Amino acid sequence: MEKRIRILIAKPGLDGHDRGAKVVALALRDAGMEVIYTGLHQTVDQIVNAALQEDVDVIGLSILSGTHIPICQKLIKEMGEKGISEKMVVVGGVIPEGDIQKLHGMGIKGVFPNGTAFDTMIKFLKESIKE
Amino acid sequence: MGVATYIKDGEDIKEVILESGIPIKPIYGPEDIKDFDYREDLNDPGEYPFTRGIHKFMYRKTPYTMRQYSGFGTPKETNERFQFLISQGQTGLNVAFDLPTQMGLDSDDPLAEYDVGRVGMAVDSLRDFEEAFKDIPLDRIGSGLTINAVASIMLAMYQVVGEKFGYSPDVISATPQNDILKEMVGRGMWIFPVEPSIRLIGDTIEYSAQYLPRTNPVSICGYHIRESGATPAQEIAYAFEIAKTYIEHVLERGLKIDDFIHRFSFNLDIYGNFFEQISKFRAARKMWAKLIKDNYGAKNPRSLWFRMLAGGGGGGLTKEQPEVNIVRSAYYAMISALSGTQTMALCSYDEAYTIPTPRAALISLRTMQLLLEEVGIRDTVDPLAGSYYVEWLTKALEKKIGEEMKRVQEAGGMAHAVEIGYVQREVAKQAYLFEKALQEKTKIKIGVNKYVMEEEKHQVELHEYNDDVANQQIKKLEELKRVRNTRTVMQKLKNLEAAAKEKRNVMPYLIDCIKEYTTVGEMTKVFKDVFGEFKEPSIF
Repeated sequence: MEKRIRILIAKPGLDGHDRGAKVVALALRDAGMEVIYTGLHQTVDQIVNAALQEDVDVIGLSILSGTHIPICQKLIKEMGEKGISEKMVVVGGVIPEGDIQKLHGMGIKGVFPNGTAFDTMIKFLKESIKE
Repeated sequence: MGVATYIKDGEDIKEVILESGIPIKPIYGPEDIKDFDYREDLNDPGEYPFTRGIHKFMYRKTPYTMRQYSGFGTPKETNERFQFLISQGQTGLNVAFDLPTQMGLDSDDPLAEYDVGRVGMAVDSLRDFEEAFKDIPLDRIGSGLTINAVASIMLAMYQVVGEKFGYSPDVISATPQNDILKEMVGRGMWIFPVEPSIRLIGDTIEYSAQYLPRTNPVSICGYHIRESGATPAQEIAYAFEIAKTYIEHVLERGLKIDDFIHRFSFNLDIYGNFFEQISKFRAARKMWAKLIKDNYGAKNPRSLWFRMLAGGGGGGLTKEQPEVNIVRSAYYAMISALSGTQTMALCSYDEAYTIPTPRAALISLRTMQLLLEEVGIRDTVDPLAGSYYVEWLTKALEKKIGEEMKRVQEAGGMAHAVEIGYVQREVAKQAYLFEKALQEKTKIKIGVNKYVMEEEKHQVELHEYNDDVANQQIKKLEELKRVRNTRTVMQKLKNLEAAAKEKRNVMPYLIDCIKEYTTVGEMTKVFKDVFGEFKEPSIF
């Protein structure tokens, strides 16, 4: 039987636009994944702790405010400190194309700018977790 | 239920269901409005129930106010932008604040890192308002303040800065958004729990009724609820239930409905199906008048006016083929004009991928001016009145809105429905259905899922993070804290704390704090200590 993927959808920072995060959470749940949503205004520290506590396979960040680079840098660093670097991180939101390579370089596995089809995301997660 | 299925292939002709969940026939005629009564359902413009408009002559006499959202980086830059917009004929300002300010954090707060001055101007103290509103004729130009959780602080600051520049409280006109329930449903800029948040709004309404006669203390924002996914019917229904919550709170304080309700205004969205939106606004105007008259027994005819800003439309714009957004926005503007709005604002065509360029902002302003001055939209009031379709649809929407309101009441009323996440769940569900319909192409979006072209990709540009703004603000704060009278500030904060604890109206205490250059963060901290913080309900 296929493993049920556990994913933490997180909204780091002050930005309150959570339509995308909620829509993706519902789409992933409909695709059979277990979704945990952190709610708004989370610090990186809170997100790493939630990932640890909930023992998720994937951390999915939703960032629309343009702060994706520093937030992802911080997250990767703290994940290393807490010993959960093996967990996969994906990012969605308003991400300029020029930043996608930068994020991959940092160790962010999947980058999904707004408008990405649900199917693309779901396929990516299912295939990556199987590996 | 308002499903997002828009067009389905029927046997002979396509079936059409509006977003609000209303099926539409291909042809309407006299039999569709046979119960229609002119006096009761419409009446003349300016007459109860105001379906056709709240004023007799509408734009023939007074055109809608044109307002563009602006405010970047430092208060000084914001001031320059204001001066430019006013010189171009804009008649009202709409102030954007950065996220830390909206969350009541000073620019030097660690949580404010990377966000200072990014999506609006940073405000830490009265100094920033002094720079932002310098040389603005505050008796002629009204200001929309896009702020909610700390709207009480910003309104108090607006009064103080007005007085400082020689404008007395009775001539200035501020419109703080000040709708915290919609923040909890849609936009996410909340701080305090539901109950004390409503009380703060009550304080601003009560205070304005007494001292700020030209100020609109609350702007109920169906807008953000719609942008978060709600259907047009839900947008109005939730806005009304939110308004009722504030009204009932203020009535409990002993104010009479006619003391304050004429200063309520609405901020609503204009994207989507053309006739559905126009009918939505007409239905809303009528329902509001009836609600205020029948439920709350208002006597003053002005109390029954549904005053609105119908604008924005960001949810309808695309980053694909962005020039098409100029056309889209022109239709949205027409929706707004045909709906009898008091104020109009339009999103710029490039907003889906970048910070609006001055050129794009100017095209929006010109679009609104063109409707008024070139193509005759202002010549006659409510020109769609009497259309079989529009009158039928207005009634159909009235019914739908009523049903959605009832659902909220059954969930325990708006405050409770927000506390338990009922409304958030409904809105998220609609957003998901809408997105699914787009991806499955049952809902068409030009350039996105139909007539897609290979095009030069527009590089997404974001508000670049500029260290300079943060550093400048932090330096100003440090200097301020050196020169102000710390002991007086502490005393004023103590008084504020006592007022908050004893549930007295906090407005006079905020004004006292602000005059001493107490910071937004310091005042917010007092409220956090006394009120606590909102805990988001789980909706999944």
